[in-house]
Amino acid sequence: MGAGHAHRLYRHGESPVHTLPPHTKLAAAFLFVLVVVSTPREAMWAFGAYAVLLAAVAERARVPAGFLLRRLLIEVPFVAFAVLLPFVAEGARVHVLGLSLSVEGLWGAWNVLAKGTLGVAASVLLAATTELRQLLLGLERLKLPPLLVQIASFMLRYGDVITDEMRRMRIARASRGFEARGVRHWGVLAKSAGALFIRSYERGERVHLAMVSRGYAGSMPVIEEATASPAQWRLALALPCSALVVCLSGWTL
Amino acid sequence: MDPVSTTAASLEVSGLAFAYPDGHQALFGVDFTIGRGERVALLGPNGAGKTTLVLHLNGILGGGAGAVTVAGLPVDKRHMATVRQKVGIVFQDPDDQLFMPTVREDVAFGPAAAGLKGAALEERVRHALDRVGMGDFADRPPHHLSFGQRRRVAVATVLAMEPEILVLDEPSSNLDPASRRELADILRSLDVTVLMVTHDLPYALELCPRSLILSDGVIAADGPTADLLSDEELMRAHRLELPFGFDPRVTKLTKKDG
Repeated sequence: MGAGHAHRLYRHGESPVHTLPPHTKLAAAFLFVLVVVSTPREAMWAFGAYAVLLAAVAERARVPAGFLLRRLLIEVPFVAFAVLLPFVAEGARVHVLGLSLSVEGLWGAWNVLAKGTLGVAASVLLAATTELRQLLLGLERLKLPPLLVQIASFMLRYGDVITDEMRRMRIARASRGFEARGVRHWGVLAKSAGALFIRSYERGERVHLAMVSRGYAGSMPVIEEATASPAQWRLALALPCSALVVCLSGWTL
Repeated sequence: MDPVSTTAASLEVSGLAFAYPDGHQALFGVDFTIGRGERVALLGPNGAGKTTLVLHLNGILGGGAGAVTVAGLPVDKRHMATVRQKVGIVFQDPDDQLFMPTVREDVAFGPAAAGLKGAALEERVRHALDRVGMGDFADRPPHHLSFGQRRRVAVATVLAMEPEILVLDEPSSNLDPASRRELADILRSLDVTVLMVTHDLPYALELCPRSLILSDGVIAADGPTADLLSDEELMRAHRLELPFGFDPRVTKLTKKDG
């Protein structure tokens, strides 16, 4: 597949943020997002403060601003509807540049945009400083149901195998003169998808066989133990804690 | 692992018969014994029941007539965990065999499932990878390795369990000649019993002094590989064909390995 040796979201480095154990980073990012979403939307300055906090983390992690901003674009389709809110919401209206906008809608759009962007930025930072494999170990360590972690780790392992299979099927179709043009060819594509599903399903059976042959009895053996020292926890939790201070002052001020 | 110190054979199969739930009978009474340290090829055309037989060796299939014994232990529910440790099966597609995100974790899977931990586990993994010459690839994800490398890692995942017998399903399939030779060197260097399921006849001749022919669910022949391959009538009767220009009688004279 010509894929690189790490995921595209990951940015290799040795910064203090990179070396933190994965579960501390996961916990920090999750708590940070919780704090952000519970901030009142009227406290606009608080969101600025959150952005500054994230910028400080990015600085420590040596993740360049351009890298971070480019990856933030993934958010665009999800917040597109926020742009519509000021036009469709009810209530009092203001006039800007000859457009009639709803005040309530403007607040709603701001709320979605600000909180969404901060959440995505935190996730992008997490992904940029933590390898996928490490993330899974972190989730395991945070006592996520092992079945979910196993499913995710199989996705990680077999994603490339399945995309490769898909690519081979596409080449096989194209080699016999097929080109998907319009609705009439959807049937062929659907059949390919079906075949891919069957193939993956059968591969699943063979993988299970191989696992059972090596003594699999329902749970994955623990191979790598990730542990975090209190100092590492303190460093990781510095982000959500400072965010919490901002949030509380946002409510009181 | 001293071949003289124990009397039990690595593998004993007696009267093994099996029919799939859909009624298709794949095995009709298979009998053979493989001694400690032997390297034996199991030859047979497609559909002869080779894979069915292999899946009986570690108890994934069972319930038909007959018995399988691994190093003196019967393959049954009570001994399943030990048997699966003792019979190391290397499947044909390394992508099925290597299911963990990194090579190291994959090789560690079997021993860790058996309860090995910490430094002992690390040592076992390193040793197994060194034996197949893949020690430098421990932290790589399997899908970034070449096919030949993946096959070798697949062998290591099984070696890490310190099996009594190594069962390889079509070990030479999809390998280029260099990878094929490298794998042969590795297999020759191992001091375990090997059962190699294949229809790559030159590879069988190169690696295995003895061969079994499985045809229509029974063992049709059992003898020195070179003799079986030279018996044209026998070969034709079981749909086994030598590659063009390959003459086992000539190869026998120049063969280095015994």
